[in-house]
Amino acid sequence: MSIWNTFLPALPEMALAVMSMALLMLGVFFRKRASDIVNTLALLALAVTAVLVLMTGQQGAIFAFGGTFVVDSLARVMKLLILFATALAIIMSVGFMKAERIERFEYPVLMLLSALGMMAMVSAHGLIALYLGLELQSLALYVLAAMNRESVRSSEAGLKYFVLGALASGLILYGASLVYGFAGTTGFSGIAQALKGGAHLGVITGIVFILAGLAFKISAVPFHMWTPDVYEGAPTPVTAFFAAAPKLAAMAVLMRILYEAFPDAAEAWRQVVAFMAVASALLGAFAGLVQRNIKRLLAYSSIGHMGIALVGLAAGGMEGLRATMLYLVIYLLLTVGAFAVVIAMRREERAVEEIEDFAGLASTNPGMAFTLAAMMFALMGIPPLAGFFAKYFAFVAALKANMVALAVIIVLASAVSAFYYLRVIKVMYMDEPKGAVAEMPFELKLVSALSVVFALGMVFWPQPVMQLAQAAIRSLL
Amino acid sequence: MTDWPILSVITFLPLIGALFILVIRGDDEIVRRNMRYTALFTTLFTFALSLVLLAGFDPNAPGFQFEERYPWFGLMTYHVGVDGLGLPFVLLTTFLMPGVILASWHVEKRLKEYLIAFLVLETLMIGVFVALDLVLFYLFFEGGLIPMFLIIGIWGGPRRIYATFKFFLYTLVGSVLMLLAMIAIYWQTGTTDIATILSQPSTIPVDVQKWLWLAFFASFAVKMPMWPVHTWLPDAHVEAPTAGSVVLAAILLKMGGYGFLRFSLPMFPAASEFFAPLVFTLSVIAIVYTSLVAMVQEDIKKLIAYSSVAHMGFVTMGIFALNKQGVDGAMFVMISHGLVSGALFLIVGVIYDRMHTREIAAYGGLVHRMPLYAFVFMLFTMANVGLPGTSGFIGEFLALTGAFLANTWVAFFATTGVILSAAYALYLYRRVVFGPLEKEELKKLTDMTWREAAVLLPLAVLTIWFGVQPGVVTSLYDSAVNGLLAHVQAGLEVAAGAVKQAALP
Repeated sequence: MSIWNTFLPALPEMALAVMSMALLMLGVFFRKRASDIVNTLALLALAVTAVLVLMTGQQGAIFAFGGTFVVDSLARVMKLLILFATALAIIMSVGFMKAERIERFEYPVLMLLSALGMMAMVSAHGLIALYLGLELQSLALYVLAAMNRESVRSSEAGLKYFVLGALASGLILYGASLVYGFAGTTGFSGIAQALKGGAHLGVITGIVFILAGLAFKISAVPFHMWTPDVYEGAPTPVTAFFAAAPKLAAMAVLMRILYEAFPDAAEAWRQVVAFMAVASALLGAFAGLVQRNIKRLLAYSSIGHMGIALVGLAAGGMEGLRATMLYLVIYLLLTVGAFAVVIAMRREERAVEEIEDFAGLASTNPGMAFTLAAMMFALMGIPPLAGFFAKYFAFVAALKANMVALAVIIVLASAVSAFYYLRVIKVMYMDEPKGAVAEMPFELKLVSALSVVFALGMVFWPQPVMQLAQAAIRSLL
Repeated sequence: MTDWPILSVITFLPLIGALFILVIRGDDEIVRRNMRYTALFTTLFTFALSLVLLAGFDPNAPGFQFEERYPWFGLMTYHVGVDGLGLPFVLLTTFLMPGVILASWHVEKRLKEYLIAFLVLETLMIGVFVALDLVLFYLFFEGGLIPMFLIIGIWGGPRRIYATFKFFLYTLVGSVLMLLAMIAIYWQTGTTDIATILSQPSTIPVDVQKWLWLAFFASFAVKMPMWPVHTWLPDAHVEAPTAGSVVLAAILLKMGGYGFLRFSLPMFPAASEFFAPLVFTLSVIAIVYTSLVAMVQEDIKKLIAYSSVAHMGFVTMGIFALNKQGVDGAMFVMISHGLVSGALFLIVGVIYDRMHTREIAAYGGLVHRMPLYAFVFMLFTMANVGLPGTSGFIGEFLALTGAFLANTWVAFFATTGVILSAAYALYLYRRVVFGPLEKEELKKLTDMTWREAAVLLPLAVLTIWFGVQPGVVTSLYDSAVNGLLAHVQAGLEVAAGAVKQAALP
């Protein structure tokens, strides 16, 4: 019984691990014909895992493995979101990978493994468990970025991501060793206990290193440099995956580590987080202005949005954490919707991704144009679309914490970024058509419809999203 | 009082009309006609409902009427209601929209999207004037940017892209600062409910008030627009399609004035008093400078746009005179300007549709071919100038009286604006309508069609009616303005009391 109790909390992870390895075997045996079967089964595996997550206890925090693994409300909600985002990414890839002739059975398996790593990350309650999860998800992502082996850009993206990612992992490890040295433990509760009296400079240095490493994962300034290149180089569905799930996981980890391991060093890290928030929002706004490639544009957009999501983290308190969580959920659905259109942009059997290629989309393919326009207005934060509420709650938290200057800078930066979102809409609605693009495949229609309904509908029925965000942060307060 | 949610119905009816148009399939002539009629009947029905609203409205009751309140997000509620300040603008909006749809009868390019954009815009505009929650107000206020961006950008003139970006970004920068100020009000007062905030005199500390006032000012001054942030307006007006110009001039500009009256004055009374000299200065510059600029314009629409800026100068001047005459005048100017400038843009649209140019020099002697047109144009030119007997006179006179009571010099300089407005408006009229009919292409012009006349007729009737019987309008908002000024006075006393308390040892 006691073994059962130890392993039960990690059951979803273990099940996912077993299932993904089984799928790998399956793929090897079926070879060429495998990718369709594996794709379908991968979705099934994600669904099974989600059910298991829902079943592992509904109330309170359950610790396992000597307190290094925790299942609490944050972990549960984040796991469900990660599984959801991964499933969307797999659904969106099917057609694209076929059309580009790079469909392989390893692809969904790698996605599952990456999701597994993320799940381990958000459940980690100690530095070592955190690192293990982080590396598992990162290693899978490096390979995914280079999925298109024939393309130089894709390989370059994978390599670049790998080199910089390894550096970030090194930073985290170094920071973790410093923290361990001063706190004498790697468990989050232990660290918090040890730092009660005040944080030594060495610990603060360690925190800064860990923050830097995690900032890399959410592509916050000044660790954002990889983002545009990797976004541009990787196959578009992979980019869509990058933009959604790993950011959610890394942000959740950031939340957990700052509020569970270092709550007493808040004075120290608050400034760092606030700086990253402002710098990311500014860079995302200004660097986005000159982009010609839609994927690079979305990369800078994601940098800017992560900046605003960090505002809630810096502000703290119930409002702040809820704002960040809300931001992540809303951003996930919006960015997926935008990428659904970008993935569908194919002209004469080739994927097109320059912004100019969207010219006149509104007359040749009104559905796609409307989806992307709705996503752009929502990402801009114009009410009544969903993106507005994400921003609104972030600023509510910032002003509560008296961070007025930060709020003013970020709100003005978001007004600057409006320019490049508007440019996309202008190209689609106000320029002469460049010729028809291929019809949107059914699965992408489904995903974009989901996003559009969410973006337009949240104003009428906000409760589910609000409750989800509220539930997620309950364990941190 | 009615027990059904009439305000929400009025607000969202156009949206439902838009949904109807959305599901109409096909693209032949009959389908297009159906879409147009759907839009027209939606707006007409909305107007009829707003008349029901007017009939049930008690102008003498204090506070808000027809209130509806539903839970929404945790922090804010869906709360709507009207008082004497909001109702006239609701009526103005619903009254003008059928005309706007009729004026776009000949639009063929992407008709479906066009009508949907206008109907969505109507919902958002009405929402602005009935919202009683800060966030709900912001939602409608800012949401209006989306349809307007598309209207100017898709159906506009040659430089439409530049104009629409300028319009969008100017307004956005102003309003995001207002959003922060709204959140700050929430943390100061603990609620986003406008009715609750206004139920007692403002207790926000004076130095906080000043910052918040400036943030709101950033938004409303751009929207008004006030000098020197007015430069988006001429561009937007010139490039927008006729119907877009009408909506922009007649309704969207009024949101700035309405915002001052709804938020700046009652919520930050001490700051409003403190910054009144600044507003006076900007208003007088707007009145004199933009009138002079209007005089040298070559483009008819641009001239009217500058004249709008000058008229809005009277509005801000009247509002910040902080007395009964001033605020009454400001309200009246806004309503009258809504009718007159809307009509003027429609009038320009009539000849633009025939000649496809807005150059003043391209016209001349129209009276010989278009007598009815010349008459209507004359009527609204006079109303624009502020001739006694038209609605233009009442508002400007009241606003000037209010300014005179507050500051004689302001009134002195602003009055020159009346003369200047006569100069540019009559000069325009002479160049376009009078003179010999020399240009060949003008000789084939036909007079207004019945549809064009039908759109302008109600506007003309109201312009004259309000000019000779202004009590019809002022009685609507009279007690609301009294309440507002009493509220401001109470807020000033609270602020003065706080200062005194701080001065005590």
